[in-house]
Amino acid sequence: MNLSSFFQQCVIGLIDGGVLGLIAVGYTLVYGTVGLIHLAHGDVVMLGGCLALFALSLVEPLALDPALGWLAIIAVTLGCGFCCGSLNVAIDWLIYRPLRQSAPLAPLVSAVGVSLILMNVGMLWLGSTDQAFPEVLPGNVKLAAGLPVTTADLLVLSLVLPAWGGLTLLLRRTRLGRSLRSVAAVSRAAAQRGGADQFLTATFFLGGFLGGVASVAAGIHTATINYQSGYQTGLYALTAAVLGGIGSVPGAIVGGVLVGLIRSVSTAALGPRWAAAAVFLMLIVILAFRPEGLFGQQRRAGEAG
Amino acid sequence: MTTARTGSATRWLRSATFSEGLVFCLLAVAPLAIPGFAGGLGGQVTSVLILCIAALGLNVMVGFAGLLHLGIAAFIGIGGMTLAILTVPTNPLEIGFLPAVVVSLVVTTCVGMLLGGPTLRLRGDSLAVVTLVFGEVVRVLLRNLEEITGGMQGLGPVPPPGAGVVIAGIDLGRSFVIDSRWFYYLALAVLATVVALLHGVERSPLGRAWSAVREDALAAATLGISVTRVRLSAYALAAALAGVAGCLSVASLGTTGDPNVFGFSRSVAILCAVILGGLGSIPGTLVGVTILFGFDIMVIPWADAWLQQMQPQAWTTGPLTLGSWRLALVGIALIVMMRFRPEGLVPSRRLAAELHEVHR
Repeated sequence: MNLSSFFQQCVIGLIDGGVLGLIAVGYTLVYGTVGLIHLAHGDVVMLGGCLALFALSLVEPLALDPALGWLAIIAVTLGCGFCCGSLNVAIDWLIYRPLRQSAPLAPLVSAVGVSLILMNVGMLWLGSTDQAFPEVLPGNVKLAAGLPVTTADLLVLSLVLPAWGGLTLLLRRTRLGRSLRSVAAVSRAAAQRGGADQFLTATFFLGGFLGGVASVAAGIHTATINYQSGYQTGLYALTAAVLGGIGSVPGAIVGGVLVGLIRSVSTAALGPRWAAAAVFLMLIVILAFRPEGLFGQQRRAGEAG
Repeated sequence: MTTARTGSATRWLRSATFSEGLVFCLLAVAPLAIPGFAGGLGGQVTSVLILCIAALGLNVMVGFAGLLHLGIAAFIGIGGMTLAILTVPTNPLEIGFLPAVVVSLVVTTCVGMLLGGPTLRLRGDSLAVVTLVFGEVVRVLLRNLEEITGGMQGLGPVPPPGAGVVIAGIDLGRSFVIDSRWFYYLALAVLATVVALLHGVERSPLGRAWSAVREDALAAATLGISVTRVRLSAYALAAALAGVAGCLSVASLGTTGDPNVFGFSRSVAILCAVILGGLGSIPGTLVGVTILFGFDIMVIPWADAWLQQMQPQAWTTGPLTLGSWRLALVGIALIVMMRFRPEGLVPSRRLAAELHEVHR
């Protein structure tokens, strides 16, 4: 692998990582507040992708000019974000909330159950084969000779970067954001102290919304979707969240970028079939030395293992 | 399990030992009583029995020692693949079935402890994620190391146990191949042994140490229990039992098959079966696996074959078959169970008591 192709892989990895990070935030927010690995999150994102596929395939035959097409994509992205957020809230209300005081593994097993149901919905919707993601704007056009960035990459960035910016503003400037950060930084007790239910609803909605945005970005980025892509992407995003320190939003961003970089570089160097092993081995190695993840809170002595 | 033996006959009749013994006796006569057992049904029941062994191993980790493990299927894969590598005729090793099983168990146990070592410091949920990704790494390795593992096609043919051994005019290897009841009885015998062994371990000092560490690791450590050693032994036992299941499964199928079977979805399915039956409960694990995998392996194909007979044209594929709703049905069952009976169908008395004490 020469230097320019390494550089190219890094760019791909950064974009990929930005998308993964958005999904990872969904895992980390829910874990930071409820203490639950929301295993169905990847499948929520997959359903967002199905919705985007449906909406954009209606737009595609119109052959809109770039500005209008871009607006259509933004509208679909916001719609997907809203639907995924609502779905996430519905899952919380219907499934997780009745189990708050239950046996320790009950919510996790229910999350698996939800994941299976959503996957089944996706399978009935998409069929069991890969579906091509509609190209509303011409995607595979190089911006300039020698530059590894295509228009599709720019499009993905135009979705991911505002989402990151919005999230940062939300976390820094609003009351909800401050309480989210305090919860992630201190403990779950903070969530239980004040306005817990509204707060948790907002958390689930925010996680789902970012997931919905990511679903459109991921669809454009990978150009295909199938009913298992939620599980695959979800696994990478969960890895990113744990790697960065689950519960920490900056950790999720850094973890996402790291996972994206490792994935694209190992894909180029070793072939795509080894990418998963490289990413997961990196997680195991990092956790062996830093069990709380890169940005996670140090565990206090005496806390139950 | 620890009820005082007062000699009361009714209490003994209601005990787990009795009902388990009864079930095993029924299973032992089933092939003789059910016509056509040697056909497809025998093989299906055998694979459920084999999954029971792996699930009991997972129950040791999650139920007894309280360590959430999401990669148990990887150990089934490692066990089965080791057996295949050591016995397949195309490989130069060909060390025979029993030695290969022994080596395979040693390998799975060592890998289990290797996974256990660095992850002992992790909190519950991080541990779950690490075991998950470990399972995925193993799956990728088994799939990609084609020179050794045969890649997606798997490795085969694996010779049956006792190939070439003739006792009293019966060729053992041939019998295993011809008649599925031989593997059925082998799996049943191994399962019965494992159940008896685990009942013993549950009552032993090690079993009590597991529950002490599960409830409060710090308190257990102050009592002089080596938390590390106790947890590692759970890893080792779980891995070894999954390895046994892998050996049996590969031997009965005659091939390792596609290694992708040993991935996350199989691990999660086994975990769900254990929790469905009742975490920490040996009879519960058996019930959970029978319901979940019995549904998957036997009920759905039957139901779809039946539907197909009713409506040969329209109902063969698409959303009108039960198979296409399989995932959702399992998902709904899991959610409903967790909502209304989180302790499982046949809960361990201790865990059920704890749950109701805290949350009533």
